[in-house]
Amino acid sequence: MYAFDYQRPDTLQAALAAAAVDDGAFLAGGMTLLPALKMRLSRRSSLVDLSGVKELKGIAVEGDRVRIGAMSRHVEVEDSPLVRKALPGLARLAGGIGDPHVRNRGTIGGSLANSDPAADYPGAVLGLGATITTNRRQIAAADFFKGMFTTALAAGELITQVSFPIPRRCAYVKFRNPASRYAMVGVMVAQFTNEVRVAVTGAGAHVFRLPDFEQALGRAFSPDSVLRLSVSSEGLNEDMHATADYRASLISVIAARAVAAALAG
Amino acid sequence: MSITVSLQVNGRNVSETLEPQTLLVDFLRNHLRLTGTHVGCDTSQCGACVVHVDGLAVKSCTLLAAQAHGTQVTTIEGLETEGRLHPVQEAFRSEHGLQCGFCTPGMIMSAVALLRRNPTPTEAQVREGLEGNICRCTGYHNIVKAILTASTHMPAQSAQASRS
Repeated sequence: MYAFDYQRPDTLQAALAAAAVDDGAFLAGGMTLLPALKMRLSRRSSLVDLSGVKELKGIAVEGDRVRIGAMSRHVEVEDSPLVRKALPGLARLAGGIGDPHVRNRGTIGGSLANSDPAADYPGAVLGLGATITTNRRQIAAADFFKGMFTTALAAGELITQVSFPIPRRCAYVKFRNPASRYAMVGVMVAQFTNEVRVAVTGAGAHVFRLPDFEQALGRAFSPDSVLRLSVSSEGLNEDMHATADYRASLISVIAARAVAAALAG
Repeated sequence: MSITVSLQVNGRNVSETLEPQTLLVDFLRNHLRLTGTHVGCDTSQCGACVVHVDGLAVKSCTLLAAQAHGTQVTTIEGLETEGRLHPVQEAFRSEHGLQCGFCTPGMIMSAVALLRRNPTPTEAQVREGLEGNICRCTGYHNIVKAILTASTHMPAQSAQASRS
């Protein structure tokens, strides 16, 4: 690693001020930033550790929404009695991220700001139609993910919390790369009283929805409604692990499994 | 810019002036000479460097020492009590849950954390719980056997030992 300054402020205001320097970076769980710094893929003059900022913590259910502070670690979402009761599909998704050691450190805010194409949380954010709150504004899930490792966040803008509407039922299922265990395809299916949403992660540059799957499930919420729907492989990720065609084929299969999991509760 | 990092390691208060980019694993190994914690891949994958920070298993190669300021850290050296091996260490010995031994400290720290979350795991839960630890010798069978054995031999207070 190249040398950097390190600070751990305990208020949001102090954290924003501390990061307002050239090449300053917020440090959340560090599960991506630290490996990138170690490999010298990234160089930062200053790291602002957010772990002491109280405004970024806490999980609450408010009316028909679950609000999760940006510095909530994956294990906290997985174990939260509130999330388990109101949004069990989200608790299970959090419990399947990375491995236990990563879940003990990684945060929802860090994962979303990073927008790794194979990350799990973007599937939940777009699939449930969550709202991302930053220090400056509220951003709808549809406007947040802009590309591979690219989001709508401006320089110096920090995610403070994520607010998820509570669906009637939802589930996230992923097909893991057998070696890295990252999602080659992950699908979040959510049934609300007035709509069904389907979001796919791992398959493209960033998470995306499948309108024809949503319409089919709106007519009949059953695995059979999507199992035989085809997905275009155009623009899907292709690498040594899977071709674009293979990923396209996986989407229908994993979506059907997600519907079955949502129905099983 | 040097910073002062103060924390408790295996029950002992330590305070050192460090460069901010010092990783926790390098602090443990090079500054405190606690070389039981190993660096395997150094890319956050293998889990040989797992230690407990405030009772939670973390990869110490992916944590700055500065991030552990004010915490209680437990390494493999801190598991024994009064010269007696921790039940998980004892089970790794009795079930021969190792071959070359390089991954063993991380495996044992992960296993202790796993059994704290789930004191009576199934074999499948043990295998799933070891997702963050790689062993290139054993094929995992005796490691899993050791953890299942430990789960039947662990008094409640041992499960809590490294959290206190």
